[in-house]
Amino acid sequence: MCLAVPMKVIEVTGATALVEQAGVTRSVRVDFLPELAMGDYVLVHAGLAIERVDAEEAAETLRLLKEIADAAD
Amino acid sequence: MRLIDEFRDSTLAREIAARIHREAVRPMQFMEICGTHTMAIARYGLKALLPETIRLISGPGCPVCVTPQAQIDAFIRLGTQPDVTLASFGDMLRVPGSTTTLETARAGGADVRVVYAPLDAVELARQHPERRVVFCGVGFETTMPAVALAVTEAQRLGVANFFLFCAHKVIPPALQMLASDREIALDGFICPGHVSAIIGSETYEPIAREHGIPCVVTGFEPLDILQAIWMLVRQVNRAEAKVEIQYTRAVSRQGNPAAMACVERVFTPEDAEWRGLGVIPGSGMRLRETFAAHDATRFVPAAPDEVSTPSICECGRILTGRQRPADCQAFATACTPAHPLGPCMVSSEGACAAEYRYVARPSWP
Repeated sequence: MCLAVPMKVIEVTGATALVEQAGVTRSVRVDFLPELAMGDYVLVHAGLAIERVDAEEAAETLRLLKEIADAAD
Repeated sequence: MRLIDEFRDSTLAREIAARIHREAVRPMQFMEICGTHTMAIARYGLKALLPETIRLISGPGCPVCVTPQAQIDAFIRLGTQPDVTLASFGDMLRVPGSTTTLETARAGGADVRVVYAPLDAVELARQHPERRVVFCGVGFETTMPAVALAVTEAQRLGVANFFLFCAHKVIPPALQMLASDREIALDGFICPGHVSAIIGSETYEPIAREHGIPCVVTGFEPLDILQAIWMLVRQVNRAEAKVEIQYTRAVSRQGNPAAMACVERVFTPEDAEWRGLGVIPGSGMRLRETFAAHDATRFVPAAPDEVSTPSICECGRILTGRQRPADCQAFATACTPAHPLGPCMVSSEGACAAEYRYVARPSWP
């Protein structure tokens, strides 16, 4: 029920945006994410972009994961 | 898929699991609150990667599962009114009420539609001004902004035949109750990532502080969940109890203030009954007076009889982590996804459905 999919913003028109992931495009509402730009990633749930996905933080999490794994050797 | 596949690397997953094996030296019991976590843990077989010292138990975070039977009966009574179109998320349709389901009611002629977004129900109401279109509002904080937006849009656009049956619930009061329960004795909470994207990680600080239970706000890919478990193990080993965010790419301490403001404008808290947990103060939501014209609870036909819950069903104990699905005598025998007795087997995110689909794989029908 709380599933939300990261999708890339293609185009923003007022409170609506066109988003894409894995070849699927969809029109979603973005009322609660001010100053959204093309190329941003958002989490989409029930037709609404609920939050941004921060690509730099994603890279940092992957770096931390590798660090945790390396210490296991 | 970008921002998804990176967090599904199986080699890295095994390495993180090895680190957990090395460090989880004493028995620990963690609860994943969210049904989407329950599903991911089962789907990726994460329990098999973990040492025997770690027990993961499923909490009450499947909204369909904790919706009381009386509310499901009310949806069905509404849906069978001749001038009502009932719009619902798909996973509500097969949940057994006292005598029937929405799916069966639909087969019998009721106008029940599955919608992907609450705003689709507003559009449905615009297209059919002669009908009362009722949206079944089920879900936690992740879903409530989309529903609040639909209600404000209906009001703004003057769609007078759009109504909401509000059965929404919020997570923090349930977490407080579980944290205080001595019988459950938790060593950590795997906190819901998308609920927290809205409400922020700050919400869990009193739970960590007052109950001494570590909390880690967690994403939904296998590496997210393994990292969170390692973070919980680290807190336990250091005798710490704080709130950490594993899912930093989507969650901040303060959440999404614009989404929360809209939710607060539309809804106000009230006490609510959770299946298996009883009444939890302040855990439910109802429409504010300003939106009373869109409130479907005003015209729900009265209940004919007392609600009956199948006596053999152990969903109540499973939702609070007191019992595992396989401990229920009906599991995979009398109760299967094709013929569910209780909501934990109906919803794909229910603890029983997840266990049945990915773990038990029984060879009998």
